[in-house]
Amino acid sequence: MSFTPDIRLFTCHYASQQSCTEGGTVLRDLNFPASITLTRLVCTGRLEEKDLLRAFEDGADGVYVVGCPAHSCHNVKGSQRAAKRVASVRKALSELGVEPDRLRMYHVERGLHPEFIAAGEEMDALIRRLGPSPFCRKAA
Amino acid sequence: MIVAERKPLDEIISMVQDCGRILVLACKGCVTVCSAGGEREAEILASLVRLGLQKIGKKDAEVLTGSLVRQCDKEYIDSLDQYKGQYDAILSTACGVGVNFIANLRPDEPVYPALNTTFYGGSAEQGVWQEMCAGCGDCVLHLTGGLCPVARCAKNLMNGPCGGSVNGRCEINPDTDCVWQLIYDRMGRLKRQQELTASAPIRDWSTAGHGGPRKRVREDLTV
Repeated sequence: MSFTPDIRLFTCHYASQQSCTEGGTVLRDLNFPASITLTRLVCTGRLEEKDLLRAFEDGADGVYVVGCPAHSCHNVKGSQRAAKRVASVRKALSELGVEPDRLRMYHVERGLHPEFIAAGEEMDALIRRLGPSPFCRKAA
Repeated sequence: MIVAERKPLDEIISMVQDCGRILVLACKGCVTVCSAGGEREAEILASLVRLGLQKIGKKDAEVLTGSLVRQCDKEYIDSLDQYKGQYDAILSTACGVGVNFIANLRPDEPVYPALNTTFYGGSAEQGVWQEMCAGCGDCVLHLTGGLCPVARCAKNLMNGPCGGSVNGRCEINPDTDCVWQLIYDRMGRLKRQQELTASAPIRDWSTAGHGGPRKRVREDLTV
């Protein structure tokens, strides 16, 4: 059965600079997976646990966060805070009997780096392997 | 403050799985300060309950959030009326006191505890809370330099340290300071160590809940 995943990406302004360069075509040119919907934040430290959960409630099959390297965040500890919140929600997903890998945290250098694309490709492959979200889809 | 922590999700889901409309009710008192049951935690829990119920096929359940200033005062419980008609059951993120208050004052409304109430404590650092008081009803802090052996000694000793105190740590948990070592050190700094040579009288534990639920009455306030 074919399955096109719905993956939500929350990323900070710095880690996703390439997404808005040259009219936003750079990511497409680099084969960034089309299954991923990108939401840019001023800092991943702004992300709350409820935002991650809301993405799953809205029907996401997978969610991931891309922030600055843990010890060189533009806002000092923003990406560390995000990583803690991601870890907390991963634990809650486990409690609910859901694969915690449906939610991941990545740290990448700011600017246009292959790691940003690689993270997207990894999540796309992972969620395709895990299949649709075990949470019932929101009514269309 | 009263310190609490969220119950395991499977326990919470099993409590409310047959409820159609659930009000996750935050408390703005102690449990907000200890990040267990304030408005933020209630929103997170509501989302988790929705997801948990969806996963077991209860996709029609409605889960909303609300909050009260405190759940341990009658006048604030009365303000539950603002949510009248919107819920069939309350999932309280207050401490056990709050759940009891709602059960007492709303005899016909189901109320469930979302938290395990754990201890009276303080914030040692961000994200860390430590037990400091056992509410035993007969404070001895004036004898021990302000450090409580009832709450902080694993054996509740009144004449410690015991033989299990090693390098200032408790034998029950080596990560825990031996409070009797702390007491001796502190009393020494206060030049009061001699006071610790006095024999502690046999303690009367009847104030510690062994005589049943306790009640405090201030006649001057009961007008």
